[in-house]
Amino acid sequence: MDLDRLSQHLIERYQHGMPLCAEPYREMAQVLKCSEAELMTCLQRLELAGALSRVGPVFEHTRAGASTLAALAVPAERLEQVAARVSQYPEVNHNYAREHHYNLWFVVTGPHRQHLQQILDELEQDTGLTPLDLPMLSAYRIDLGFSLGGHP
Amino acid sequence: MSVCISRSDSPLALRLIALTQDGLPLLEDPWAWLAEQLGISVESTLDLLKRLQAEGVIRRIAAVPNHYRLGYRHNGMTVWDVADEQLPRLGELIGAQPFVSHCYRRPRRAGWPYNLFAMVHGRSREEIDSYREHLRFLLADACRADEMLVSSRILKKTGLRLPPAH
Repeated sequence: MDLDRLSQHLIERYQHGMPLCAEPYREMAQVLKCSEAELMTCLQRLELAGALSRVGPVFEHTRAGASTLAALAVPAERLEQVAARVSQYPEVNHNYAREHHYNLWFVVTGPHRQHLQQILDELEQDTGLTPLDLPMLSAYRIDLGFSLGGHP
Repeated sequence: MSVCISRSDSPLALRLIALTQDGLPLLEDPWAWLAEQLGISVESTLDLLKRLQAEGVIRRIAAVPNHYRLGYRHNGMTVWDVADEQLPRLGELIGAQPFVSHCYRRPRRAGWPYNLFAMVHGRSREEIDSYREHLRFLLADACRADEMLVSSRILKKTGLRLPPAH
């Protein structure tokens, strides 16, 4: 979808962080040179259109327990069925089909490592496929959003 | 089952997470709403949020765009095999590129030689191909092998959901 100027500025400026104070939208409206009412309307419109997934805190998975990136090499004819089996877990918050021998990639999050292991073992038993288990070892950049402009 | 959130593993912090993980209601003062829900003052609520942010439990408080909806429909997981001892330097370099949203070190496995992961997003296949080329150029001889796994479908995507504590 195309964004008007205010929406674009709003996202560019506040996807990385917004002021943590009482009535934050008043301060944001001042920076964006619009009224607070205009800003609220813009936010509502963006949320309705699905352009904003939410306004609020983004939590760190690794601090809320344990998580890992896992992958399965699923025969093409079984992809739907295995993908549905994987997505069924509330502990799986991302599940992507990717063009590769390992064609199903998902993130498993749980209270501790043992909990993740149980899920990976269950999946292996149920599907006969051995998951690739790739927990994060270091983070060099974590989801700080990215610019909406063009890049080289 | 208990959820371990370091020092913030307090009932109050857990309630704050449960109340806000799907986003705040679009009210003029969302923190006043949250304070009322938690039964504490706005000042204490802001202090709690600041503490959780300082502890790293909260990464950021932001207007989180849905990039897919904004036309960024192409994402590639680029994976690289680089010498372990060069990782700190190269990870920082790759992670600093504006088109990279996530950059992590992960373990190698049998048949999986890649230890550096960087996610790139774009509006076209050509755009993410050009980002991959740019990363290749930056890594130059330090890269022994690489691949880009393009996403063909999103099968599930939700924010972090804490399992109910009991």
